[in-house]
Amino acid sequence: MQIAMLHTRLRTEERLLLDAFESLGVNVKLVDLRTVVFDPSDPGAWARVDLALDRCVSLTASTTAVQVLEHFGVRCVNSSRTIEVCSDKLSTTLALARAQLPMPAVRVATGREAGLEAIESIGYPVVLKPTVGSWGRLVARVNDRDAAEAILEHRDTLGSVRQKIIYAQEHVDKPGRDLRVFVVGGIAVAAIGRRSEHWVTNTARGATAESVDLTSDLRALSQQAAQSVGADLCAVDLLECPRRGLLINELNHSMEFRNSIDTTGIDIPRLVAEHVVSLAGATHQGVSA
Amino acid sequence: MSITIEANCPECDAPVQPARRPLAGEILRCTQCSVELEVTSTEPFRLELAPEVEEDWGE
Repeated sequence: MQIAMLHTRLRTEERLLLDAFESLGVNVKLVDLRTVVFDPSDPGAWARVDLALDRCVSLTASTTAVQVLEHFGVRCVNSSRTIEVCSDKLSTTLALARAQLPMPAVRVATGREAGLEAIESIGYPVVLKPTVGSWGRLVARVNDRDAAEAILEHRDTLGSVRQKIIYAQEHVDKPGRDLRVFVVGGIAVAAIGRRSEHWVTNTARGATAESVDLTSDLRALSQQAAQSVGADLCAVDLLECPRRGLLINELNHSMEFRNSIDTTGIDIPRLVAEHVVSLAGATHQGVSA
Repeated sequence: MSITIEANCPECDAPVQPARRPLAGEILRCTQCSVELEVTSTEPFRLELAPEVEEDWGE
């Protein structure tokens, strides 16, 4: 059985995963995508790879490599479709809407005037997010029309073309934290709260992880969310709305978990490694049969 | 006999010793100046400043 781990830099998460694979007696080939050239008409050594685990911090590298590897017939975790849906907030919203799962109200527009209308149809405060981005970058809470107009003008003038997509989300008055559930192989395995004094509750922005109960509601909703994007592995971020209960905020296809192992007491990298080995084993048997 | 693996931080010149066998591409943090460093070679052990966060980075 051959498993490749795609990466562009090795963070704590990747080392923890390597340790987990090693403890299972499975050797994983590390592939630094910064050094790889693909020939779309010749899989070469990739023909012998049963599964590629994508752990790239760069979305561009992930989508490029996984697209080519799937073309070669390599089982990728996550799939290109899942990466595409999870990495784009609008695509995530559409997948959640198709599955009729609860989420904050969203309006989308592509022009400044329509953007303002989108924002005001939700009502202040509203949260503006880039459709592609992570770690809370360029997420803005807009409290009034003056701020909305300023941000739209800045986006129009200074931003990339992608910044012209106005993705406006209802601001949920959460209780100083959001929730994150780790889903492995369709099963919710652990949950944390991410608490911060700041309204952006992202651990990359200084929020601290706290233990929370993985209730049956939280479990069911997270698993449904993961299923709606076809994720083998993902972290589901949820908001606790005082009026509407649990709302799904975002899904992360290449989850970070270093702060969640001690907090939850769950060996997340071990569970990920076990699931990946199981998938690779099934692929390997299918090829051998 | 264990051999100490060490290189100097390219930012502050402090000695950096990884806690365990380093891997190429691994990110370490200088304990002196806290800058993020990338292991660009394991034999010989070399460190460079880790790349700045780019727009498409994340989870």
